[in-house]
Amino acid sequence: MIFSPPEAGKPFTNKIPQVHLREFHKIVTRFYSMETITLSGQLFQYLITGITVGSVYAMVAVGFNIIYNVTEIINFAQGEFVMLGGLIMVFFHVVMGLPLIMAFPATVILVMLVGILLDRLAIRPIRQPSVLTLIIATIAASILLKGAAMFIWGKDPYDLPAFSGRNPITVFGAVIQPQYLWVIGFLIVIVIVLSIFFDRTIIGKAMSACADNPNAASLVGINVKQMILLSFALSAAIGAVAGITVTPISLMEYDRGAMLAVKGFGAAILGGLGSFPGAILGGLIMGTIESFGAGVISSGYKDAFALIVLLIVLFFRPSGILGSIEISKIKRF
Amino acid sequence: MLRIGKIPIAVFALFIIAFPWVTHEIPSIEHYTDIMIFAGIYCLITMGLSLLMGYTGQISIGHAAFYGIGAYTSAILTAQYGLNPWPCIIVGMAISAVIAVLVGAPSLKLKGHYLAMATLAFGIIVYIIFNEEAAWTGGPDGMTGIPGLSLFGFEFDSVKKYYYLVWIFVFAAFIFTVNIIQSGIGRALRAIHVSEPAASAMGVDISRFKILVFVYSAVLASLAGSLYAHYLNFINPSTFDLFFSIKLLIMIALGGMYNIWGAIIGAGLITFLSYEWLYYFQEYEVIVYGAILLLVTIFFPKGLVGVPGIVKGWFRE
Repeated sequence: MIFSPPEAGKPFTNKIPQVHLREFHKIVTRFYSMETITLSGQLFQYLITGITVGSVYAMVAVGFNIIYNVTEIINFAQGEFVMLGGLIMVFFHVVMGLPLIMAFPATVILVMLVGILLDRLAIRPIRQPSVLTLIIATIAASILLKGAAMFIWGKDPYDLPAFSGRNPITVFGAVIQPQYLWVIGFLIVIVIVLSIFFDRTIIGKAMSACADNPNAASLVGINVKQMILLSFALSAAIGAVAGITVTPISLMEYDRGAMLAVKGFGAAILGGLGSFPGAILGGLIMGTIESFGAGVISSGYKDAFALIVLLIVLFFRPSGILGSIEISKIKRF
Repeated sequence: MLRIGKIPIAVFALFIIAFPWVTHEIPSIEHYTDIMIFAGIYCLITMGLSLLMGYTGQISIGHAAFYGIGAYTSAILTAQYGLNPWPCIIVGMAISAVIAVLVGAPSLKLKGHYLAMATLAFGIIVYIIFNEEAAWTGGPDGMTGIPGLSLFGFEFDSVKKYYYLVWIFVFAAFIFTVNIIQSGIGRALRAIHVSEPAASAMGVDISRFKILVFVYSAVLASLAGSLYAHYLNFINPSTFDLFFSIKLLIMIALGGMYNIWGAIIGAGLITFLSYEWLYYFQEYEVIVYGAILLLVTIFFPKGLVGVPGIVKGWFRE
């Protein structure tokens, strides 16, 4: 690329030529894209990318909801599960050379262990849990995990081979990486597995009971502490799946967790905190807005679009699209 | 918790006045005065945050934004338009106050996680703006050429002079904050923390007080940002990122957010940790911060200021 954006490290005195170059760059790329790709193809491309990214946000949001529903805790370290999923998978699959079919479950189990440790070491020891201390504890855990990842893997981003090659498929003028379909597919699998788990199995029903009323649940013989532990393990597993599937598309590095957590939580709130269909819907909307915003308006503000939408939702309808105000009033936090 | 003794304030003032003179005599810690300037700047922010989070019970993980707004307002108006720094500091505080009202009025209706998320999102958006509006802010490379401060021809051009300037501001803010805490407003804020319905039943205008405290803490953060910009003469966006907001959280959690002294102790300790004692850890210092934050939350929920109370409790048993 000839007209690349200005490099970092240049002094501020270069201000005017920088702006000039950037504008020029924009015009050139716009001209290019109009020549080679049709407008509808372009828009379809944004939609597909948005849904893929949105699927990852949806998985993070589902993870938030599982823990929130059982414990009413918002786990700010949720994004770190995704980061760990990606990086541990790189270790098993690329460094150790395990085949995909073995590395995948090994990674998920290891990240689940991290989730269990998070509950045992950071959440359960807190004697007087209040919303403030719980938020601070999960933030602390998230910095710890991020620091540990930096210690182990360094600061470079890591790549993972795509599950089924990197030959793009062209549909309606949009280029689709096969890995996009894997991400969307795994979201669908997670949705199906979770709905069976919560509706049909006794453990799933016990977890739903804890979410409804922990005191009543323990009265009927449900071990609430175990259910909390299970919720952390489950949401860590989903985070790991998100990380494993998205790494071949966007690479993975140690500090990706915070932004993923923020956007995933945004998706959860957008859909209605605690609602699983809401989380999926919120994630997909969030990803699509981000993709269109970055493509049509400005790529520099890519991360801001989703957050602005989040703020608007928070200010005008904090219960989200599918959430209900009545339920949010009952919740302790 | 509401009464703040006069003797500790006097001891604290003497300590601050004597600090540069004492450290000046010991070569190995001579540069501590420089670090204390940053400690003072952070104290300004944490005092406001302590009032907001500890006393009123409202979470903010976005105060780096106000810190940055102060710094960038000062920097842009002085470096690009050549204005006198002092009015620019006031302008920065006014802009921060207006933004705080705009963000705070809808945000503070939210509770718990929702409020944490709203302030977090706001902080990240402002950080992105600092990075992207390169024509104004210089983008990720930052801006240079921010002038130092002077008053009636007196230049604050040495470390010691700037030290006293910063700490005079800290003291003014401290006395003001203490007065707020000890007044009816302070009691109203504590009432909001304990129970909003009860406070409201006693005639406390909850949303007005919350916004008032939010604006106050934003204005203090903005002042701190301006002082930072004029001291370093250079700013770039990475100073005002999400991690700085978290660092502020660590400061008040470590010191103890339910007490104004906690804000000062926490800011001082974390400043020295990050500028001096954790120097060899380099970027791995985040692990230490995470560990501190977690251990404090689990074992000392009231922070270091709460430790004497815990020890007293042991003796009573």
